[in-house]
Order: sequence, then C-alpha cells, then structure tokens
Amino acid sequence: MSDAGAVAHEDHGHHAEIGFWRTYIFSTDHKMIGRQFLFLGLVMLFLGGFLAMLMRWQLAWPETAVPGMGWVAEPTMYEGIIPPQTYNMLFTMHATIMIFFVVMPIMVGCFGNFLIPLMIGTRDMAFPVLNMLSFWVGAIAGVLMIASFFVPGGAAASGWTAYATLSAKAIYTGVGWGQNLWVISLFVLGFSSLMGSINYITTIVNMRAPGMTYFRMPLVIWSLFITAILLLLALPVLTAALAMLGFDRMLGTSFFLPEGGGDPLLWQHLFWFFGHPEVYILVLPAMGVTSEVLSTFSRKPVFGYRAMAYSMIAIAFLSWIVWGHHMFISGMNPLLGTAFMMTTMVIAIPSAIKTFNWMGTLWGGSIRFTTPMLFGVGFLSAFVVGGLSGIFMASTPVDIFIHDTYFIVAHFHYVVAGIIFALFAAVYYWFPKMFGRVLNETWGKIHFFLTYIFFNLAFFPMHFLGVGGHMRRIYNPLQYEFIAPMQSWNVFITISAFLLVLSQIPFLINFVHGLFAVKNAGDNPWEANTLEWSAPSPPPHGNFVDSPVVYRGAYEYSSPEVTEDFLPQDRELAPGSTAGSGQ
Amino acid sequence: MMQWLPENVSTFGGEIDSLFYFIYYLTGTVLVLVTVITIIFLILYRHRAGRRAVYCHGNTTIEITWTVIPTIILLILSFVSASTWAKIKVNAPPSDFEVKVTGKQFNWEIVYPGPDKKFGTPDDLKVDNDMHVPVNKVIRIRLSSQDVIHSFFLPNLRVKQDAIPGREILVWFEAIKTGKYELPCAELCGFGHSGMVGWLYVDTPEDYAKWVQQVRG
Repeated sequence: MSDAGAVAHEDHGHHAEIGFWRTYIFSTDHKMIGRQFLFLGLVMLFLGGFLAMLMRWQLAWPETAVPGMGWVAEPTMYEGIIPPQTYNMLFTMHATIMIFFVVMPIMVGCFGNFLIPLMIGTRDMAFPVLNMLSFWVGAIAGVLMIASFFVPGGAAASGWTAYATLSAKAIYTGVGWGQNLWVISLFVLGFSSLMGSINYITTIVNMRAPGMTYFRMPLVIWSLFITAILLLLALPVLTAALAMLGFDRMLGTSFFLPEGGGDPLLWQHLFWFFGHPEVYILVLPAMGVTSEVLSTFSRKPVFGYRAMAYSMIAIAFLSWIVWGHHMFISGMNPLLGTAFMMTTMVIAIPSAIKTFNWMGTLWGGSIRFTTPMLFGVGFLSAFVVGGLSGIFMASTPVDIFIHDTYFIVAHFHYVVAGIIFALFAAVYYWFPKMFGRVLNETWGKIHFFLTYIFFNLAFFPMHFLGVGGHMRRIYNPLQYEFIAPMQSWNVFITISAFLLVLSQIPFLINFVHGLFAVKNAGDNPWEANTLEWSAPSPPPHGNFVDSPVVYRGAYEYSSPEVTEDFLPQDRELAPGSTAGSGQ
Repeated sequence: MMQWLPENVSTFGGEIDSLFYFIYYLTGTVLVLVTVITIIFLILYRHRAGRRAVYCHGNTTIEITWTVIPTIILLILSFVSASTWAKIKVNAPPSDFEVKVTGKQFNWEIVYPGPDKKFGTPDDLKVDNDMHVPVNKVIRIRLSSQDVIHSFFLPNLRVKQDAIPGREILVWFEAIKTGKYELPCAELCGFGHSGMVGWLYVDTPEDYAKWVQQVRG
C-alpha cells in the first residue's frame, strides 16, 4: 500500500510540473474539466436567475422602474423600466441560459466528467484531449451567447423555442445579430456536446474496471450513459435545424418561410424532435443522482435496481416518439395529436416506476438526514408534482385550454427547475471528493429548507394562474380583463422568487468557504459503496492508488455479510464468502 | 383550484372541464398519497441507534403491481381523451356560418363573407379585433396568419388554435351564452404580443343582425 501511495504521490508531483495553464486552464484531467464545467454552470446560474428576477419584477409591478437598474442604457431599459422588447429578451435568454449553460454543463458536463471515470474505476476519460476541447468549445459558445446582449437590437427575443417565422426574419422581432449569435452559439455548443457524449459512451463501454459489469454500475452512471446516447442522437438534429434557421436569416433561404415555399411547422418538428429528448438529457442525470443519495443515506440497496435501469432505457426510447405533444394545437394533423397523446401517457409509466422505487428505497431504511439526502428528497417531491401536472397536458382536450398558459410554466419548472434539487444534492454529496472538504451541514440544511419552501411558493401558484387562463410570455398581465383580477398571485410569486434567490446566499458562502478551508473529508466521508470513495479526496491525477477490482453491485448497504452497514464495491471479502455474487 | 377555471360558454367546453376535473382529482389523490407515504417513511425509518436498515433489493410482485395499475389508468384516460379530442378537432360539424380570421402583428383581422357567403367578393365585411357571432350556432373559422405564428385563444369557450402563416386551419365552436369574451393571442408574436387582444361578442340573432346592419352603415 505504502509503495503504491508513493507512486501515486509521484504522479501527482509530476502533474504539478506541467504548470498553471495545463493544470487549471487547458487541463486534460477529467476532474479539472468537471470542475471547470461546474464553475461555468454556477456563474451562468446566477446570470439566468438575475434575468428571471427582472422578468418577475415586470410581472408583479408592470412598467415600474426596477430598483437599481436606472443605469441601463436605452432602449434596453428606460430609467429602469423594462420595455416589451426587453421583456421578450429576458425570458428567451433566461431559458436558453438555464437549459444550455446551467443544467447541461453542471449535470452532464461537470458530473459526467467528474464521476464517470471515478465511478467505473478508471484513470481518465477515453479521449482526454477531446474532453478538454469539449469544455473550451462550450466556453466559446457561452461567450458568443453573452456577447449577444451587447449587439444593437439586443439578444434573441423569440423564446428559447425560437419558433419560425418569428425567429426567421429580423423584421418580425427587431432583433438582428442577437438572434444570429443565439443560433451560432447553440450551433457551436452542439459540437461541444457531441465531443462530450462520444467520450462518455466510449469510456463507459470500454474502460470499466475489472468486475464492473453493466448491471453493477451505479445508477448515476447508467443515467449519464443513456444521457450521452440521447445527446449524441438528439443534438445533431438541433444543430441541423439551427443551420437551416441561420441560412433563412442570413442567406435568404426559406426553409421555414411560407412565402418561399417553406413551412414554419417544420421548425417545430425539428426543434421538438431534439427538444423532448433534451428534457430527459436534463432530467435523467438528476434521477441518477437521486438514486445514489437516497440509497446511500437510507443505508439500503436501491429498490428494484434493474427496474430503475430499464425504466431509464424505456424513457430514452420513448423520448423519441413524444415530441408532438408540444404541438397539439400547432395546426399539426389532429390525428397525429391522438397518437402522440398515447405515447406520452406511456412515457409516464417508467417515470412512475422510478418514483415508486425511490419510495421503496426509503422504506425500511435507516435514514440519515444529511444535506444531500434532503435535496434528494426535495427532487423526488418536485418531480412528483411535475410528473403529475404533465398528465393534464398529455390529455389533448385539456391541453387545448392550458397550452401556452402558466400551467405549462409551472409544470416545466417543477421538472426542469426541480433539477436544481438534484444538482445541489450532487454538489453537497460529491464536494468532498471534488474539493476535499465536507460542506458545512448546518448551512446546507438552512439552504435546503429555504430553497424548498420558496421554490414551492414561487412555482406552485403558477398552476392557479394557468388554470385561470393566464398566458405565458405576456409582458403585462394588467392588459387583460380576465387576468388582471389574479394579479395578487403574480405579486406573491415574484416575492417568493426573490426570496428563492436570496436563499442561495448560504450556499454561496458555504461553497466558497469550502473551496479554501482545510481539507478534512477523508476518502469516504459518507461511508458509501461506489468506487470514487476509495480514491483519495480529491483524487490525484490518475485517480486511484491501486486500480480497483469490483466484486459486487453499487448498493450493498446493510448487507448481512459485514458488520458495518456498507460494503464497498471493491472490497474483497474472505474466500468462501458469497459476497461476489451481489447483483 | 377549481374556482379558477373561467366560466365555460361553449358546447364542448363542459367535456374539457370534466376531463380536467377527472385528472385533477386523480393526480391530486396520487400527490397526497405519495407525499403522505414519503413523509411517513421519512419519520418511521429515520436513523435510530441499534436499528439496521432492511437488506432488500426489491419485490417483483409489488413492482409489477405499481407498473400495471398506472398503465391501466393512463390507458383509460387516453381513450376518454381521444374521443373528446376527435369530437372537437377531427369531426367539425357543418355550418353555413363561416368567418375568416387572420392574425397579423398585432391584431386579429376578421372577415365575414357577406350575404353571398363567398370570401373575396365586394360584399365582404371586414373588422379588426371585434368579432360578433350569434349564440347557439356553429361558427366555423378559417384561421390563418399574415406574418408570424399567433394563437387564437378564447378562454371562455375553451378554444385555442395556432394561426400559421401559409396555412388555413379550421376552428369551430358554438357559444351557448350571450356576452362579451376576451380573445387574446396566446403565442409569442413579437414585441406587441402582450396586449394583442380582441373581443368576441356572442349576440342574440336579433342583436347580431343589428350589428351587421350598423357596420354596413
């Protein structure tokens, strides 16, 4: 052991010699790239949240000056008052940033990179240089997206869905280069995702440690594996559609313009053919994380491990044939609507199975209410609401009424913004491995309870507004006689949303303090089973002191074979023991 | 949450509302059950010294049960929804009352064919945003758009249909109560999207005839 440790230490020393730039900036180490994605995502999270706050101000107190924003030049704001054009830009960029530059970089980019090699027991990704390129191409896409705020005409304002024809001609929105940069940025980001996904798939297929069969892989690795396959297949569809949109805007083609023989609905079909798998690209890793923390802190094997893996595979397959449920009232043939309703109802089943299996995991456990566990339960709770509200819009006749209302906004925030709970669960859970220190639990719990309360107070009332018919993407609710009486809910939601943002302060302090404070985590602070916990915290270049060998599944908690309540995947039990046969 | 649904004044709106309530009670029950059971588990199975978690990898019978039950419920819901959907969207009833509605940034242009019942003739009646229709009559709308996608939304009639440039889409409804109902655009259509709103006036046949005369001057 000590020899191996010395070798590892030498490795680490060697690593340090490659200098600042290769270590922190153009690193090919999957862990550093994972951290880079994390910082990119967290910075963008605060930008995306800030845009939402401006939006919420306008909705609660329409056309009044936003405090402290008087310095913003016209025509973006008029002495702090947000004009309609800017409002459209705010929700467009809020969604674009949150989806493409927060949830994807953190859940897929950061945790995919950081966890895959560590949890399957290998030294790095299959293609380290491609991995570095993936981050930097993504960072360029981020710079292009941010740059779009500063061009004349402002950033994109046609919604994150960029429906043609609104998005296809500058005269319809008044946005010129802002929308072009939006197209180019996401086009570039497509290549980043492609490089990342190829890497993830290759690594998982080829580089698993001895004994790490597919059905011994942790569910978070299953989720990232399936996510990578979806990314590989879905992103090129968006990339192609974006190219067509860019051509329509800049080269005068008419893919989506009827006056030139094109069809606006073609954009919607392409966009949602990507867009629905995209939803699962975002949510599958969150499901994986939830499975990890629920099992670890219930000190119990995941209930129905194989059902969990198979239901994720089922979700991935079905995600390709449900896109039309975004288009029930788009003018698509109504018979297609019926078919898409059926497939949508079917995709609810694997989601239900996952929920029940999580509850089954809690049943009979010995539950430790750590911060990551609380956030894991928080994700479960939000996902149940988001999943159930989805049934309303799956039913085509009901969707006629609630489509394009705040009911939809409530639904997808419970699903996609609900991912924030899994995201925080993952940050608190793996922070000790990433940075060598367990985050402060008291502040973590305060962070959880405030976030959970204000998340629900901000998003749940949106269901009421939607049922009242309150359309989404409107600038001033007081312009409508049937919506104006519900205005007090808009004020309530806005105040809750402000408090939700303020609730992140404990996290910020905890996180920054954790980065610089003494490293005290030890290898396995949570007494967990998966392989990353047998590496040092933080793991050196090359990850493992000894290459791990896997003897059992990832969730052998409270196994009768050992006296302690956990049994790591790589611990060899005495010969004659049956431990090797764990699933 | 039920009192938030706006008053329904169309023939098919009641069916949509019944489906809504059905799903509301169904999902409401599931939400309460799942939440309560989760909370009970969290309290009952909290860590206590000396108690070890149950070593259990699953239970096939239970897993099959909780797969089959939701499947049956969702299939039933699909079939019920499909028949209402077909009634509203597929099998539009015939009518001799046709109106052309065209969305344009940021107005609804409404064209009546006039006494000859043909569009594009000099006796057409053209108004912006204010749409009058007689009560208890099937109204067929030929919906289109001049520029970007708009969405023809009548909350009180449970009607919503996107208006697509380059296509004409058939929308129909039959109002069962006279009154004045808001007609907002429900699809983002540019900086003037918010406030793009018309009015539907459901008149008695006499009032409707009076209005036609008045507009024709």
